[in-house]
Amino acid sequence: MTLEELQEIAKIEKEKQEGFKFRINVCVAAGCLSCQSGLVKEALEKEVNRRGLESWCEVKGVGCLGLCTAGPLIAIEPEGLYYQGVTVSDVSEIIEALGGSPLPRLDCSSHLPFFKRQHKIVLENCGKIDPERIEDYIAEGGYEALYNALRLMTPSGVIEQVVRSGLRGRGGAGFPTGLKWTAVSKAASGTKFVICNADEGDPGAFMDRSVLESDPHRVLEGMAIAAFAVGANHGFIYVRAEYPLAVKRLKTAIARAERLGVLGHNIFNTTFNFDVKIRLGAGAFVCGEETALIASIEGRRGAPRPRPPFPAEFGLWGYPTLINNVETFANIAPIIRKGGNWFAALGTEKSKGTKVFALAGRVNNTGLIEVPMGTTLRDIVFDIGGGIPQGRQFKAVQTGGPSGGCIPEQHLDMPVDYESLSKVGSIMGSGGLIVMDDSSCMVDVAKFFMEFCMSESCGKCVPCRVGTTQVYHLLGKITSGNGQPSDIEMLEELCDLVKNTSLCGLGQTSPNPVMSTLRYFRDEYTAHIKEKTCPAGACVIHGSKEAK
Amino acid sequence: MDEKQQESSAPAEDRRWRMVNRTMRLHGNEAHALIETLHTVQESFGFLDLDALKYVAEMLHVPLSRVYGVATFYHFFTLKPPGEHTCVVCMGTACYIGGASGILNGIGEEVGIGPGETTPDGRISLLTARCMGSCGLAPAVVFDGEVRGRMNPPAVLETIRGWANNDS
Repeated sequence: MTLEELQEIAKIEKEKQEGFKFRINVCVAAGCLSCQSGLVKEALEKEVNRRGLESWCEVKGVGCLGLCTAGPLIAIEPEGLYYQGVTVSDVSEIIEALGGSPLPRLDCSSHLPFFKRQHKIVLENCGKIDPERIEDYIAEGGYEALYNALRLMTPSGVIEQVVRSGLRGRGGAGFPTGLKWTAVSKAASGTKFVICNADEGDPGAFMDRSVLESDPHRVLEGMAIAAFAVGANHGFIYVRAEYPLAVKRLKTAIARAERLGVLGHNIFNTTFNFDVKIRLGAGAFVCGEETALIASIEGRRGAPRPRPPFPAEFGLWGYPTLINNVETFANIAPIIRKGGNWFAALGTEKSKGTKVFALAGRVNNTGLIEVPMGTTLRDIVFDIGGGIPQGRQFKAVQTGGPSGGCIPEQHLDMPVDYESLSKVGSIMGSGGLIVMDDSSCMVDVAKFFMEFCMSESCGKCVPCRVGTTQVYHLLGKITSGNGQPSDIEMLEELCDLVKNTSLCGLGQTSPNPVMSTLRYFRDEYTAHIKEKTCPAGACVIHGSKEAK
Repeated sequence: MDEKQQESSAPAEDRRWRMVNRTMRLHGNEAHALIETLHTVQESFGFLDLDALKYVAEMLHVPLSRVYGVATFYHFFTLKPPGEHTCVVCMGTACYIGGASGILNGIGEEVGIGPGETTPDGRISLLTARCMGSCGLAPAVVFDGEVRGRMNPPAVLETIRGWANNDS
């Protein structure tokens, strides 16, 4: 593969696309597929064939269009129209209306702020390209960054751009990516590994899944650039077995990339070799922790080990290993293409670039969004998210999954970045944003997360194994109306202990949901304990469900 | 636990065992192939039985205790045969907020089983998932591998009753 060949593929693909007057993009990511978008796509193709419009209109399956709540969703290019809730019976009308005025019945323009307020870098190809065709990705400038890195830059030059971009790990902790790469590149070893962490275990998060399903080549390209920069020749993607579609598309993508010579041996006719293998997770949340993930790839139970030594020195099978999250890798190609300074100009002072969030819960527009760092939570929930359904009252937004906290109304105007979120007792996490209204009981929500951490604790260290269980039982006692005033004090003491003495991130952050709800919604705890009522009417107290 | 176990070798003519052998071979029969191999066993047989665990342990030269440890550590693996139909209720945050526990209770009342259980006639298995990433469509339920979003107890019970009455 040479640059000319790459550009030739892009040119042919572009010409082919421009030959169509209309392009109908049907979302075939998992969300819309479960609303039968596959059938809609088939029906559209049939209808186009039946009318003999094949050379005039293209029907294409694309990745996530974002607004999952309105699925099955289709986009019509070049007009930029979105149709929502499309069924097979709408197909004929849709083709009929091409070029004319849009169908008001299916029109999605009421959701306009959802589409307009976003800034897409990671998701720029999502909903645009066919994830199963590498040519489509190349037509959008794909693998150009890899070419630039391999042929025009040195490994240290690549790392310098990443350092300059200020990119921080998107898996949750926000460790500077450039620093991690530098550490791995400095490790002296002939064998190194690059691992992509796609074990998206946080309940309420589906960003990585959507990226893998919609734009798998973007992640592969990012991994290859990283491997070149740190001097690795082998890569693994550790992906959840619960995401069969993502696994299938990744496998297709790897095979196509190898056939074209952008992965494998002598990439772009250089001496650089890089292969990528897929490893399936098996449903253990703790495997998102890097040392546990490594143990799992090695075929063992996913139990974390103390750090240091960090994986950058002693990782997979003892070799220096670079582990980054899916979204982190997805940011790499644009950074190399456009330069670190371009990326650093976006976002806030300490949190650069954009962040992908999975917006879900009690909010009108659920789905996948990408906004610049520093956007306020209010903008996300009320503008992009379209507010709370059924005229109910906003109560809290939960970020960071079981390791995060609940943020109340008074902090809604806070900009979303790593520092601000931790200041209010939550974390950025991988990007799940769950909105809750007044029908959710915050004690019950804390109990829900504690149940999660309790059952996901690997059992290796005592504070986490025993502590989460004790906290869970205390919360159960309170929600069932058997709590005593001293229980709150006990909770606080226990949370402090679990937080400060656990071995890994799972245990250290597991008290966050409890501590943040105690901080902002203490009145709900006291109502359960003193008045034996659940203000939200969600808990069953003394056998009867309290009505509000 | 029968001939298969005594011989400790898989009947070569069984396609399912051939798949398992293939996975192990692809990884050079190394110990680190354990999880991948167990995935293949479960895909082929629906669950992991003791014979399979012993066979994999022997082939990969891994102690049976470690194989058992791994098989029980990961939630995805099951040591019990699944029912004819499987219903997985997602209990991720968005689904929980959206009323997934109501669905779970409804199924429990209808067919008398809790999460992780199978009806005595072996017809229906009920499972819960941590999060399937279908949060945009919460609450989500998977019926025999097919994800359906925006579920509510009546809609779920309709399918469950269909299964229970054998007219699926």
